[in-house]
Amino acid sequence: MSVQLRRARASGSGLWPAGAGLAGFAALALLAFFAALALGPVTLPLGRVAQVLLDGVGGHRAQAGTGLRDTVIVLDVRLPRAVLGALVGAGTAAAGAIMQGVFRNPLADPGLIGVSPGAALSAVAWIVLGGSAAGLLPPEARTLGLPLAAFAGGLATTLLISRLAMREGYTSMATLLFAGLALGALASAGTGVLVFMASEQQSREFLFWTLGSLGGATWMKVGLTAPFVIVLLAAGPFLARGLDALALGEAEAFHLGLRVERLKRIALLLVAAGVGASVASAGVVGFVGLVVPHLVRLSIGPGHRALLPACALLGAAVLLGADILARLIAAPAELPLGVVTALVGAPFFLWLLRRRSAIG
Amino acid sequence: MYQAHDLGLTLQGKTLLHGIHLAVKPGAVTVVIGPNGAGKSSLLKLLAGERRPTSGSVTLDGTDIATLAPARLARRRAVLPQAAEVAFAFSVAEVVGIGLGTPGTARAGAAIEDLLARVDLPGFGHRRYDSLSGGERQRVHLARVLGQLAVGNTGAPRYLLLDEPTSSLDLSHQLLVLRLARAHAAEGGGVLAVLHDLNLAAMVADHLVLLAAGRLLAQGPPAQVLTDAVLARGFGVNVRVNKVPTSPFILPQSVDGA
Repeated sequence: MSVQLRRARASGSGLWPAGAGLAGFAALALLAFFAALALGPVTLPLGRVAQVLLDGVGGHRAQAGTGLRDTVIVLDVRLPRAVLGALVGAGTAAAGAIMQGVFRNPLADPGLIGVSPGAALSAVAWIVLGGSAAGLLPPEARTLGLPLAAFAGGLATTLLISRLAMREGYTSMATLLFAGLALGALASAGTGVLVFMASEQQSREFLFWTLGSLGGATWMKVGLTAPFVIVLLAAGPFLARGLDALALGEAEAFHLGLRVERLKRIALLLVAAGVGASVASAGVVGFVGLVVPHLVRLSIGPGHRALLPACALLGAAVLLGADILARLIAAPAELPLGVVTALVGAPFFLWLLRRRSAIG
Repeated sequence: MYQAHDLGLTLQGKTLLHGIHLAVKPGAVTVVIGPNGAGKSSLLKLLAGERRPTSGSVTLDGTDIATLAPARLARRRAVLPQAAEVAFAFSVAEVVGIGLGTPGTARAGAAIEDLLARVDLPGFGHRRYDSLSGGERQRVHLARVLGQLAVGNTGAPRYLLLDEPTSSLDLSHQLLVLRLARAHAAEGGGVLAVLHDLNLAAMVADHLVLLAAGRLLAQGPPAQVLTDAVLARGFGVNVRVNKVPTSPFILPQSVDGA
């Protein structure tokens, strides 16, 4: 295999042509989506899933018997979860690819610009401090409080870090990285203090949130996450040429006619909002933003025009696959999603790194 | 015409450039020479618009380039960097295609092949950029900047800014790059090149600019600038300029009492 791989890599920048790769990832995503609807404690045949879906689209819901059971399982339980999973996976992977393009580094991760630590801090603040205040709020506001707080915290941290890294209208990516590290550490310290103050039940709730889960998926969460992820994905084609040019260097990208500073700011904002929304509704899901872009670059090359949509498709497939594993491995209990992505993703990434250095 | 008016650059209290007046004329090759730290690369960055001068201005046909949108400027001037690290495993054709801005089309493919042939890298399109030698990489970027100017052709003269374009090339490719620069000028474009090798500078330049310690020491036709006295002032060594029938040349062996 490695000989074949070597030859393929020598004859182009990826193993497959971009079109074939995109088609393959789209098929995978579709497969994972339907598998997510079919698999679980009650496994439904695909034909049944399709029928319930079609009936649902037509506005018909079975009112009794196994028809009702299947309808509830597919439309009310698994569908919002699968849609949220697809959004979170697509958004996280595409955001990772954009981050890596902006930082010109395949190891860049949205965590670097403070989204996750900032979101975690405000999530724990909501759980510990907001819990008492929540008694005054209507129930809907209470369930929405955590994701909204996490989203706001992630975005605010990123904006603060970008602000710190800007001097005379220029954003230094090196300063951004260090500011991100420092502020991330500060946010984690704050998180630690709050966890220390938290009751047993509160810290358990927070721990679960940091490990990531699609368990709480509702159409409300889908609705809150979708706009940000869709904007992030829709911006891809407009960012692609700029990110390609940035691969040559910031000065070179300017020489090529790019407004580099504007590109960096827009990209960071889109990533912060997209990842923030994902983290807010599904918690922290690691490694998808790192492993998926890496895999896609290996398979279809680093050009961002195809890379960004391909990452979105494979990201959705991977996250849905991980969620299926999380639901099935310890059924009827659920493993945290972040545990599954890290358990599968980290060794896989190490294996890729080792093989890559062997290829040279 | 590409012009520098009383250009000055001060960074952290250190004056890197001072009072530079310069014109890069279409149809001619202008070469900047000078010792290390003279400010040659800083001057190129100011001319490229990549850095703003502390004082003075750079104009393109009378318009301050600071007021031009990057995309408009990019259609009129391209910059060959000294050494560019390309992030991610792009192929040679993709790197050149980034200059063309229209990746993936068949016409772009033919244009890329053509550009690569011009820099003596025929058939290198499918190779990975990071598998190339330093000299090959430099020529890939030359193909890229030539492509950038070809795409933006509006009929107005276009300018090539080259930062030590021969630094990692063997002799035959040094000559190839200089031929391409001359060809660009012959087609009505303007060229500004920073060169280290005084003999190559003498050979290719219509107009020679000598920078030392951030100041313009001398400029004019090579025969006027490349004299024993001027070079002694500029480089701080005594050299003897000799002449072959066509142009002046400098032998390092003729340094005396350095």
